[in-house]
Amino acid sequence: MAMKMQGEVTLPASRDVVWAKLNDPEVLKACIPGCEELTKDDDTHFSAVAKIKLGPVKATFKGKVALSDLDPPNGYTISGEGEGGIAGFAKGGAKVALSDAEGGGTVLRYDVDAQVGGKIMQLGSRLIDSVAKKYADEFFAKFALAVAG
Amino acid sequence: MSATGIGASVRRKEDHRFITGAGRYTDDINRPGQAHAYFLRSPHAHATIKKIDASKAKAMPGVLAVLTGDDLAADKIGGLICGWMIHNKDGSPMRAGGHPALAQGKVRYVGDHVAVIIADTLAQARDAAEAVTVDYGVLPAVVDTATAMTSKTVVHDVAPNNSVYNWHLGNKDDTEKAFKAAKHVVKMNIVNNRLAPNPMEPRAAIGLYDKAEDHYTLYTTSQNPHVARLVLSAFIGIAPENKLRVVAPDVGGGFGSKIFIYAEETVCVWASKKVGRPVKWNSDRTEAFLSDAHGRDHVTEAQMAIDENGKITGLRVHTIANLGAYLSTFSSSVPTYLYAPLLSGQYNIPAIYAEVDAVYTTTAPVDAYRGAGRPEATFVVERLVEVAARQLGIDPAKFRQMNYITKFPHQTPVIMMYDAGNYNASMKKALEAADYKGFGKRRKEAEKRGKLRGIGFSSYIEACGIAPSAAVGSLGAGVGLWESAEVRVNPIGTVEILTGSHSHGQGHETTFAQLVSDRLGVPLESVSIIHGDTDKVQMGMGTYGSRSGAVGMSAISKALDKVIAKGKKVAAYVLEASEKDIDFKDGKFSVKGTDKTLDFGACALQAYIAHKFNGQDLEPGLKEGAFYDPTNFTFPAGVHIAEVEVDPDTGVTKVVNWTAVDDFGVVINPMIVEGQVHGGIAQGIGQAMLEGVVYDKEGQLVTASYMDYCMPRADDLPSFTVGMTVTACPSNPLGIKGCGEAGAIAAPPALINAITDAVGHEDVAMPATPKVVWRAAQKALKKMAAE
Repeated sequence: MAMKMQGEVTLPASRDVVWAKLNDPEVLKACIPGCEELTKDDDTHFSAVAKIKLGPVKATFKGKVALSDLDPPNGYTISGEGEGGIAGFAKGGAKVALSDAEGGGTVLRYDVDAQVGGKIMQLGSRLIDSVAKKYADEFFAKFALAVAG
Repeated sequence: MSATGIGASVRRKEDHRFITGAGRYTDDINRPGQAHAYFLRSPHAHATIKKIDASKAKAMPGVLAVLTGDDLAADKIGGLICGWMIHNKDGSPMRAGGHPALAQGKVRYVGDHVAVIIADTLAQARDAAEAVTVDYGVLPAVVDTATAMTSKTVVHDVAPNNSVYNWHLGNKDDTEKAFKAAKHVVKMNIVNNRLAPNPMEPRAAIGLYDKAEDHYTLYTTSQNPHVARLVLSAFIGIAPENKLRVVAPDVGGGFGSKIFIYAEETVCVWASKKVGRPVKWNSDRTEAFLSDAHGRDHVTEAQMAIDENGKITGLRVHTIANLGAYLSTFSSSVPTYLYAPLLSGQYNIPAIYAEVDAVYTTTAPVDAYRGAGRPEATFVVERLVEVAARQLGIDPAKFRQMNYITKFPHQTPVIMMYDAGNYNASMKKALEAADYKGFGKRRKEAEKRGKLRGIGFSSYIEACGIAPSAAVGSLGAGVGLWESAEVRVNPIGTVEILTGSHSHGQGHETTFAQLVSDRLGVPLESVSIIHGDTDKVQMGMGTYGSRSGAVGMSAISKALDKVIAKGKKVAAYVLEASEKDIDFKDGKFSVKGTDKTLDFGACALQAYIAHKFNGQDLEPGLKEGAFYDPTNFTFPAGVHIAEVEVDPDTGVTKVVNWTAVDDFGVVINPMIVEGQVHGGIAQGIGQAMLEGVVYDKEGQLVTASYMDYCMPRADDLPSFTVGMTVTACPSNPLGIKGCGEAGAIAAPPALINAITDAVGHEDVAMPATPKVVWRAAQKALKKMAAE
């Protein structure tokens, strides 16, 4: 099932700072809800382990994350593919674009297009959009703190 | 009529054990040392399997084996089969792709079987399944029935354009002529929604291998254990029939879905030898949604030709039927020979032509589901007839009556020879029972309350008692569809009936015993019905297509005739009279013109002790068997009238009245028949208003639990008014036609006809959810405003 989500947040830091944090696996790991591991394989590739809960299904997803279309400090595409074993799979990506906010700070726009399948889909299809929104909110709340600090 | 014989509403004998929790279902059976199977299923609708790495899983605690399609292939275990060969219009055979029990190189639907993990406990098997890594090469999905043939993605290489077959029936030329000459033509595009069968008991299996005897036993949730054994033995190659016992104990509903031979039971019985332990599997509800064969899923263009006198002169149908990712056991027959031959309905239609394209998609296999083909045919015919009547401004009941077949036997242009019926009698009785005359008043009264009240008809016919073996053989069936029975009379006169029919809710233990009680004059409690075990019953074709009464009981009747004939011989010796002077009535043998009698039980004892006759003249014992092969299908028919109220603001539909008048021929137990009608109508209302299997564009099943798949509940249903008319079926000794599927066949068009009548717009697809009905009501309002 396709899951699409768009949004923007204004972050209290300069574009360069935001860009640096977006490329820092430690920061991403701390901000991604349920993320247990995020290790850098090379400059644009990471291995990730994250626990995701969707309605009645809770699963550990293991996968690869790649950064592409790198355009510092204006944005990139982050894409990934994760297998949750018998819980199913998730794959997809987000286009992230940075611009200067009026009156300081940085506006981050994101455009997510993901595919979810398997048991997580069979039992949680109605919940996917709201859970994804919740995860995004959680991520940006933490990320805002990280860039501010 | 005796208190326990044919026609008596005897309480169901089996219900005591069911309602006291003493039923014995497959999952209630546990064997010492049994291990548990967990199936790793594909999360993708369509993908190649590049690699399966089970090394970590195999090392986990309790794990006995992780088996894949490669292991099946190495053991030369064959694929699952489709037992009905359909030929294309050009005479070539259908294009059937391979159907391995565990995927070999490719998965073709979400839920397809990738591997089985067998462990000491189910939890260990599940945990180990998490540790199996499968490297998939994801391919695009093909989901939509109507466009599957134009998809660039091909599900099976042997079936270009995803076409399984392009089949036809009827007379094309005559039909074209009828349409050219028609005064009026009604055209409709009709979708018959995909359904999940949802028996209360999910599927289950236990496979056992006995090393000492080199013998397998499979306990499984089957409607036809002998067919399962035949297929597992002769086609899949598990073991020869004498080395394989299949037992289907109490089964909690099937509705068709337990006819088929699936991957899971095949794997359990095969794996029991590999791991040297009994292997048990029990489906959970989501697995059932994913992997039980679905029903229906037709997309149809249909046209009806009508002359200046309001007579139907022709019917033309093109149907695309979605058979899913693999051909299930009888799937190919459902949209062909179980569908198109019913397109004449109850009507005298001189020319009919049906063309059917069956397609592969990356969805679960689709096969027979309560009614199997006949609900789809009835929906097409009864929607067309209703809409034709509306367009012509003729009362829909009258339009039907104008076109009813009234002379029997009647040969339709689509194979069937209707042998007996009185359609008008059912219509008249239904009109009266539904107070059709008073409907206008009720509609006005509803209007005052702001409700749209509508009424809809369904004059269905169906074909049951399947089926004459030679006839189905000529149409491509791989088996004969007779039934067998054995009557074992014990020395003290109790009776055991062994039948090839299988009861999974139908009440055979009661109705079959009623037949025996009626014929032998023994009390019901002296009769036991034994079924569902290939070690006990020699052979049988099982229960589906409402065949257990018409075919199964006819076999019992034939065997009972033989028992009575033998009893007369025994009685002649005992009563010292000539055999031709012996009568048998009410459980007593008597000598004509005398008061000498011999009870049935005493006769049985004499047959076994054999003191009164010489073994060279008469064999001892009282046991007879029979095979009964029907000479025709049977044709139950009737009229259902649905009455609804729609709230135009919300689109919520309430079914307020339901009248069913059915002709099932001779009825054995009216209470059980009425129960079957109730259940069938509930299922039909479910299809029409609530149920629908939904796959998204990527082939993900989004209706895989009761949170998303809506089943009918008691408060969705009105109290049904059920009546009967009777024309005895001339083709079987008991005059039975069959009642198991009628409600599910009749109900959907009656309900949609009622809803479309209420809202004043024909664009109401099933399931007619509030959204669908509200939109139709809005369209009707806009149309009215524009006019």
